[in-house]
Amino acid sequence: MTQLALVIDLNVCVGCHACVTSCKQWNTSGAAGSLMDDNPYGKDPTGTFFNRVQTYEVGEFPNTETIHFPKSCLHCEDPPCVPVCPTGASYKRAEDGIVLVDYDKCIGCKYCSWACPYGAREIDEKQKVMKKCTLCVDRIYDLTLPEAERKPACVLACPTSARLYGDVHDPESEVSRAICESGGYPLMPEWGTQPANHYLPRRKTRIKIHADELTRVDNPLKKDGHLPETDKNAPFLEDSTSW
Amino acid sequence: MHPAFSVIFLTTLIGAGQGLFLALMTAETFSHLGALPLQDNAFYSTGSLLVLGFLVAGLAASFFHLGHPERAWRSAAMWRTSWLSREVIALPAFMGIVFVYALLHYLDWNPTVFGTTALPETGLTLLVGIIGVVLCFALFICTAMIYACLKFLQEWHTPLTAINYTLFGMSSGFTLATAYAAQYSSEVTGLFGTWAIILTLAALVTRSASLLRNRRIKHRSSLRTAIGVRHSKIQQKSQGAMGGSFNTREFFHGKSLAFVRSIKWIFLLLVFPLPLLLLGMGLNNDNPTLLLMAFAVQYVGLLAERWFFFAQANHPQNLYYQTI
Repeated sequence: MTQLALVIDLNVCVGCHACVTSCKQWNTSGAAGSLMDDNPYGKDPTGTFFNRVQTYEVGEFPNTETIHFPKSCLHCEDPPCVPVCPTGASYKRAEDGIVLVDYDKCIGCKYCSWACPYGAREIDEKQKVMKKCTLCVDRIYDLTLPEAERKPACVLACPTSARLYGDVHDPESEVSRAICESGGYPLMPEWGTQPANHYLPRRKTRIKIHADELTRVDNPLKKDGHLPETDKNAPFLEDSTSW
Repeated sequence: MHPAFSVIFLTTLIGAGQGLFLALMTAETFSHLGALPLQDNAFYSTGSLLVLGFLVAGLAASFFHLGHPERAWRSAAMWRTSWLSREVIALPAFMGIVFVYALLHYLDWNPTVFGTTALPETGLTLLVGIIGVVLCFALFICTAMIYACLKFLQEWHTPLTAINYTLFGMSSGFTLATAYAAQYSSEVTGLFGTWAIILTLAALVTRSASLLRNRRIKHRSSLRTAIGVRHSKIQQKSQGAMGGSFNTREFFHGKSLAFVRSIKWIFLLLVFPLPLLLLGMGLNNDNPTLLLMAFAVQYVGLLAERWFFFAQANHPQNLYYQTI
């Protein structure tokens, strides 16, 4: 069974918000209508976003690390938001595991947002229906797009390739391998929601330099000498030229 | 959580209505068993109309909670999984049976349904009333389980939530019934009053238990599990949006700790000792005004209690909004 998901590499996310803006752009221009964006340049801007990047500082100065943390719907394998919906507007697709909201059925009771421990659901306060990340379901199946572009907008926009997208149930997929190899983890595992989206942790990078890497053993001429040094007291170019 | 007044009014109003209906049925059962003289039909029909009034008012309040009230009819669809859906079914069903109960008494139509030598003859109104009692308790459970079933809202996820909703509904309903019966200067005033006092005391015990439980609650989620970083020092630097959002409005009560604490003491005062005092004085002096005041005071207290119930619940999504 397919379970599409995002895998987000916190090691390379630089917090540029490109995923946020591309998500907003794609999903606000879609068939479902715009995502609320009230007073965007005013004093109290507010709006509906499927994806937000938060920033955390871990550690104590001077040993701190900044973690940029993008968060959207995690498309849980056992989504707590689905069974509580009184109208059946919230559902999880059997064929690809995407959790979606039928905007025409949603009565805007907000119960699903209470039932989501991640705060991934946001009500559109203009349209009065619950909205959330659709994994760009209208993009990834669009056969008119070139195959390379059949990915969520955030994945395409990420300049550092911090976001991977694919089937986490397929052990051969890029995302499954990334989870295996880099220790991918779900958020709040204590609630048993089994989020499909995973995060790859920050990693320490260490380089070990061997002695033979310092001398150029591969130089066929083996004539590495010192560069000719100029006389420290010799006049500079500016000193010796006049305009 | 952000306390929504539509939900506060819904739960308190239907609770009082349900309790009043249970009181009426207590009176009917007692007179059926011969323990009390039979009340006249008007007592029951007017009483159940009052019940209906509370239920309709509660239902009307609930619509203000919906973004699309015109689609509310859809909300009975998922009764297999959703307690909200079950409440949406239980409430009109209960309203319907209360209406039938009121009508039967109004028309004075009470044919014997069955009777044996061991049991006294059972009339139609009693049978309809018993169905009503079952639906009434089902409604209490449905309403409370909407909150109690959310396991990560640990303040709510306890059987005490269901017990409290039921006991508060019953105590306010019986207090209302006492005031109502006193208007009729009926013999059942004492019975209702006694039950109102017992139920209020019982609610005091269970609500105190839930307050104590919530005070020492250990939250299972922390910022560490929320973002998956195992470090003792994590500080949020940005929340991902410059202004507020749905997430910062829906899950925070937006009041100071001192305000929340004072609401707690206000409800503890208004729901328990004051109505008990007024009930005692009203029953002793046969004073219907004091009994009505007991209900009014307790109802206002229950509004505060429900506000506190919502405000106290700490949603784990708030972990993502450490500095708002």
